[in-house]
Amino acid sequence: MRAAFALGLGLSFAALAAALVSLVWTPHDVTALAIAERLRPPSAAHWLGTDHFGRDIASMLMAGARTSIAVALVAVGIGLGLGVPLGLLAAARRGTLADEVVMRGNDLIFAFPSLVIAILITAVFGPSAVNAIIAIGIFNVPVFARVTRGAALSLWTLDFIRAAEVAGKGRIRISAEHILPNVASLLVVQGTIQFSLGILAEAGLSYVGLGAQPPLPSWGRMLAEAQTMVTLAPHVAIFPGLAIVLTVLGLNLMGDGLRDRLDPRLRRAA
Amino acid sequence: MSLLAVRDLTLAIRGARVLAGVDFDIAAGEVFGLVGESGSGKSMTALALMGLAPQGARAAGRADFAGRNLLALPERALTGLRGNEIGMIFQEPMTALNPMKTIGDQVAETLLIHRAATRAGARAIARETLARVGLPGDRFALSLYPHELSGGQRQRVAIAMATALRPKLLIADEPTTALDVTTQAQILDLLRGLARDEGMALMLITHDLAVVAGMAARVAVMQAGRIVERGATAALFRTRAHDYTRRLFAASEHRPLRRPARPRQKGGGALLSVEGAVREYRLPRPGAFAPHPRLRAVDAVSLTIDPGESVGLVGESGCGKSTLSRAILGLDPLQAGVIRLDGRQVTPGHTMPPQMRAKMQVVFQDPYGSFNPRHRVERLVSEPFHLTGRPRDARARVAAALEEVGLQADDMAKYIHEFSGGQRQRIAIARALIIRPALIILDEAVSALDVRVRAQVLDLLVALQASHGLAYLFISHDLGVVRKVTDRVLVMQAGRIVEQGATEAVLTRPEHPHTRALIAATPTIPADWKEPANAAQT
Repeated sequence: MRAAFALGLGLSFAALAAALVSLVWTPHDVTALAIAERLRPPSAAHWLGTDHFGRDIASMLMAGARTSIAVALVAVGIGLGLGVPLGLLAAARRGTLADEVVMRGNDLIFAFPSLVIAILITAVFGPSAVNAIIAIGIFNVPVFARVTRGAALSLWTLDFIRAAEVAGKGRIRISAEHILPNVASLLVVQGTIQFSLGILAEAGLSYVGLGAQPPLPSWGRMLAEAQTMVTLAPHVAIFPGLAIVLTVLGLNLMGDGLRDRLDPRLRRAA
Repeated sequence: MSLLAVRDLTLAIRGARVLAGVDFDIAAGEVFGLVGESGSGKSMTALALMGLAPQGARAAGRADFAGRNLLALPERALTGLRGNEIGMIFQEPMTALNPMKTIGDQVAETLLIHRAATRAGARAIARETLARVGLPGDRFALSLYPHELSGGQRQRVAIAMATALRPKLLIADEPTTALDVTTQAQILDLLRGLARDEGMALMLITHDLAVVAGMAARVAVMQAGRIVERGATAALFRTRAHDYTRRLFAASEHRPLRRPARPRQKGGGALLSVEGAVREYRLPRPGAFAPHPRLRAVDAVSLTIDPGESVGLVGESGCGKSTLSRAILGLDPLQAGVIRLDGRQVTPGHTMPPQMRAKMQVVFQDPYGSFNPRHRVERLVSEPFHLTGRPRDARARVAAALEEVGLQADDMAKYIHEFSGGQRQRIAIARALIIRPALIILDEAVSALDVRVRAQVLDLLVALQASHGLAYLFISHDLGVVRKVTDRVLVMQAGRIVEQGATEAVLTRPEHPHTRALIAATPTIPADWKEPANAAQT
């Protein structure tokens, strides 16, 4: 399992590094069109070849990583920022109206297919990377709220919470001081999984034209644009596809490995 | 000819030696006791015999069971023996049964696995076995699920599963430790009866010397993976040849030296008074339109505790002891009645002023669940300062509190997992002491501790009471402990106080039938097995 975790870390950091490097340098300008150079196979000048406008695929993948990671990161941030407090509140007020409202609200969001909501949002506000972030982020909220509430409920029955109550601490303070640190490892793991799902969702939305708009490079749109030419120039579709698969795989392996390392029960057994 | 002969059993888990040269014999039909403190290797011995030792364990030696060496048998042969010729029951009746299967299916499963009967035949045998362990068919249908049974009844089902095939040997690992005294007495009766009627040998693993005294013909004492002493129970209890055995007995008979509380001075009020306290819970509706039934967990309870007094509260689990303690601590509201602390009314949650809350603290039973594993001891112990405001010399106060309970000041930089159960209980006491409360509620505070550690913690509690003038509400199901450290005792049953009075008087001349039942069920070491010399020492 150590090797899988190392592989996951490596792949995740490779994607992150590509995104960071693309901020200052890419092999070629991703907005420069060179129709004469189009659909070139991989070569020394263009490591991964060029697309139907003659843009360098390696450069576009690096810049695309930036979009994917930014969208997924902010979406996970929205989920954590709203979902965790809601989950803590629901657990602290277990069985009360507040708990019911939060959890039924979560059910309501879960009841809608995420893609439909994303289409709804883009239909109203127009397609853009920001709207993709909002659509993906909204669906992260109930995920984090449920994970937090579930873990917090079992903590609330423990005696150290009782001791804190006897020390006159209120529910909010107990949630912040005692509950949150003990669910943090779970949230880190869930965060990596939601992060990889966010990358997939961004690629999916961009693929159907609801995410990042040109000229902002995006792995999903690269796939969409390449699909008509798959038989002609397969490399144009294969490389963005590989980028998505490897990044998502890497994040999932990293999440699994983190769970094994952070879960105190598993750690004690080792 | 012995049924089981264990010779030089050694077990190492990833290189760490857990058992070293364990020797003992169990004759057919005999009750054999294996006693020792937690971590001494009692359970590991049983698991090694069954071939169920944890991963990475290596066993060596011999264990001849009916002519076959258990340690040399392949896994296939062992599965044929387990449940068939050797049965086993465990401590925790709540987790020993599969919650998704009916009790009938679970007992029948043992028979089906060993192909001892057809499906219909297995159910018939299951029925008969359950009746034999005290769950007759007219009241306990085979279609019941474990959650519909009490702890004692579940343990009976576990015994039925283990004995359905009439094994030659039943290994019982702390079978009654998680049960109430009265239920414990019934389960021990049942095990004794099964062993006698069916000629089944019983290997009883326990930490409780009194339980062994009443059950086993022969006993072995284990310490740190070795058997230090073995022999006929009465003889071993009388002579106590080995030093460790002596210390074990001294601890279980140990009585902390305490002065009885002085009677309240004229004009002085009670520290705590509870008058007519009622705590009700709303249960789920039995039907869609039926009203919520109500459970009265605490029913018109009245009691008083004087400053510096030690009051015991005894009763079976579910009688309302802990619910009452939550109400006294101001964590739950009352439906009727008044609780006063130092003359002022206790109210739940934020409505009680912190200065008043600071007069009460609590120590819980479970030394493992009582602390936030992510905080250092300094932060854990100083938590009650939330009530008083953090003083300038907080660190020094934490250091002083740790030293008072017999730990070192530099322990405050450590995390809780670095401490043993007894040490954790000391830290819990330090946390309760740090703001100098007038009353400490001890909710089964020593129940989870080994006898020797328990004796030390009781000594500590008594010493702290004398030096700080503390009042204790000592909640326990263990009459022996309550007798050692309290002035008065209250007996609780089904939410009501059924008897109260001076501890010695109530426990020697009980008047209420429930008190009598509790006392009769408490296992004791026969008085004539105790050495006079030993009694004089303590």
